[in-house]
Amino acid sequence: MNELIFQERIDSERKIEPKDWMPDDYRKHLIRQISQHAHSEVIGMQPEGNWISRAPSLRAKMILLAKVQDEAGHGLYLYSACETLGISREELVSQLHQEKAKYSSIFNYPTLSWADMGAIGWLVDGAAIVNQVSLQRTSYGPYSRGMIKICKEESFHQRQGYEIMAEMAKGTSEQKEMAQDALNRFWWPSIMMFGPHDADSPRTGNAMKWKIKRQTNDELRQSFIDKTVHQAEIIGLTIPDPELKWNEERGHYDFGEMNWDEFWNVVNGNGPCNKQRLDHHKKAHEEGRWVREAATSYAQKQLKK
Amino acid sequence: MTDNSTIWEVFIQSKNGLAHKHAGNVHADDKEMALQNARDLYTRRNEGSCIWVVKSEHIVSSESEDGEAFFDPSNDKMYRHPTFYTMPDGSKHI
Amino acid sequence: MDLLKYTLRIADSSIILGQRLSSWCSKGPTLEEDIALSNLSLDLFGQANSLLEYASELDGTKSADDFAFKRNEREFYNLQLTEQLNGHFGDTIVRHFFFSVYSFLFYSKLSNSKDETLAAISTKSLKEIKYHLTHSKSWVIRLGDGTEESNKRIQKSLNDLWQFTGEFFEMDDIDQKMYKEGIGVNNSSLKSEWDKIVNTTLKESNLIRPEDGYMQSGSKNGMHTEHLGHLLSEMQFLPRAYPDAKW
Repeated sequence: MNELIFQERIDSERKIEPKDWMPDDYRKHLIRQISQHAHSEVIGMQPEGNWISRAPSLRAKMILLAKVQDEAGHGLYLYSACETLGISREELVSQLHQEKAKYSSIFNYPTLSWADMGAIGWLVDGAAIVNQVSLQRTSYGPYSRGMIKICKEESFHQRQGYEIMAEMAKGTSEQKEMAQDALNRFWWPSIMMFGPHDADSPRTGNAMKWKIKRQTNDELRQSFIDKTVHQAEIIGLTIPDPELKWNEERGHYDFGEMNWDEFWNVVNGNGPCNKQRLDHHKKAHEEGRWVREAATSYAQKQLKK
Repeated sequence: MTDNSTIWEVFIQSKNGLAHKHAGNVHADDKEMALQNARDLYTRRNEGSCIWVVKSEHIVSSESEDGEAFFDPSNDKMYRHPTFYTMPDGSKHI
Repeated sequence: MDLLKYTLRIADSSIILGQRLSSWCSKGPTLEEDIALSNLSLDLFGQANSLLEYASELDGTKSADDFAFKRNEREFYNLQLTEQLNGHFGDTIVRHFFFSVYSFLFYSKLSNSKDETLAAISTKSLKEIKYHLTHSKSWVIRLGDGTEESNKRIQKSLNDLWQFTGEFFEMDDIDQKMYKEGIGVNNSSLKSEWDKIVNTTLKESNLIRPEDGYMQSGSKNGMHTEHLGHLLSEMQFLPRAYPDAKW
C-alpha cells in the first residue's frame, strides 16, 4: 500500500521528504548516490588545490581558491542532504576511507600543468553541470534543493576554466601547446564521467522509475558533447577524437568509443591518483583528530558551566 | 565538525526587513563555531545580514502525513535558472 | 620612494600570509574549517591586491602582478611571522591570532590616514580583519581549553612563534616619516593594546604568555628567514618560466 502511494507521489512530480515513507532500496540508492556525489566534491578539491600556490596571477589565484572553496561548500550541502536519510557524516567518511563508497573517477587523474585548471573548469565542471542541472528535478527534496543551490554557484566555474583555455590558446606557442595537451589528457576522462553505456548500467532502471535520475547516462553524455565541440572550435583547440563528426540525421555528434578497460580500471582503484587521493584525505582526517577532540571537549566544558 | 558534533539548522536574513529563511544546516560543537561555519558556508556571496543557528534537536516539526489538511506544501516550486547552454556565436565566454 | 615601500610592507604581509593559508585547502581538520581558512586566505589576497594596485600606481611602471611575481626575496617586506610554516593547525591558528590582533589595531589607525587610498583600503580591510580576529581567537580558546593534548600543542606554538612578535612594534626611518606626515601608523603605540588582547585571550584559554626573549627582526629591509625563498620559488614559478606569456 505504501509502495503505491509512494510511486504515485513520484509519478505526480511531488517531492519525497525525509519523514516520508520510502522503499528501503530507494533510501539505499539515494544514500549511495548522494554520498558519492559529496565525496566527489571533496576529493575534487585536491587536483585543483594542487595549483593554487602556483597560479600565475593574483586574479587567477583568487578565482581558483574561490572555486575550490565552493566545492567544499557543495560537499557540505550534499553531506547534509545525505544525513537526512539516517546516516551520519562519520559513517560516510568511514565508507570513503574503506573504499566502500566511491567518488567520481575523473579526480583520479593528475593535474600536471596550469592548463589543467582550464581543462577541468571547462570540461569537468561542464560535464558536472549537465548532470547537475538534470538532477535539480530529482524526486528527493533535500537532494533537489541541494542541487538547485549548487547549480546557482556553478555558473562561474565553467566560465573560469573556459577563459583560461581561450587565453592560452591564443597566447604564446608554449601556452597553446600546454592547453592542447591538457585537452588531450582530460577529454576522454570527462566523457567517462557520465558512466557506462545505458545498456551496461544496471541501476538505471530503478533510478529512472523513482525519478532519482531524470536522464540516462548516454543522454547526458550526448548533451555534453554536443555543447562542447563548438566551444573547442571557437578557441582553436582540437578534440582528440578522430571519429567526432556531426550527424545531420540524428542531429547530434557521432563520437568514438571510450576505452572501457581504462574506465573500469580507474573505477576499481587502478588509476594514476586513486591511492594518493584517498591517502591525502585520510591523512588530513587523522591529523585533524586532535583538533576535533579539543573542540568537542571545550564545548562540553561550556555546557557544564 | 567532530566525530560527535552537533547539527545546527541555519536561518538567514538576507536583507534588513525580510524574514529569516532556512538555508540548510552545519555541523559545529559550540554556538560560536555554528555561527562562523554558517557564515562561511551560506554567505560567501554576501547573502546575509543576520544569521540564526538552532540546534536541530530543538526543532519541532509537524508530520507530513498531516499534509494537505495542515498546510499547502510550497517547497516543490522550481526556480528559473540562467541557461547554461546558450553560447553567443563566436563568443569566447560561455 | 617611501610611500611605495611603506605600502609594499603592508601588501607583502597580506600576500605571504594569504599564500600560506591557501595551502590548507583540502587539508583542514574539518571541511567547515577548510572553508574558513580559504575565506581568510581570500580576504588577505584581496587586501594584497588592492595594496599592490596602489603600489603599481605609485611606481608607474610595474603592475600589481609584477610586484607579486617578479620581485626577489630581498625585495619583499612582509613580517617574518607571515612566512613561517603552517605546521599543524595550532601553529597556523597562533600565527593568525598574533597577526590578526596586530592587523586589527594597525588598520584601525590606518583608516585615519591622510592618504585617501590607504585609508579606504584600511576601512574595508578592517571589516574583514575583525572576523579573522574573532575566528582565530575562538580557536585559541578552544584549543587552549580543550584537551590536555591540544593545550600542550598550542602552548608550544605560542612559545615557538613568540620571537616573531617583536617586529609588529618596530619603527624605522620610513615609519617615522610616514607617521609624522599623518599617513602612517605609530607601531610602537600598538603594543600595549596588543598585549592586553593577547593576555586576556591566553588567560581565558589556560595558556601561559611566553617570556620575552630574542626577537627576530629585519623584514623592513628585506631580511627574512629561510622559508621565504622556498615560498617564492613556488609562487613565482610560472610567470618567471614564461616571461612573455599573459595569463
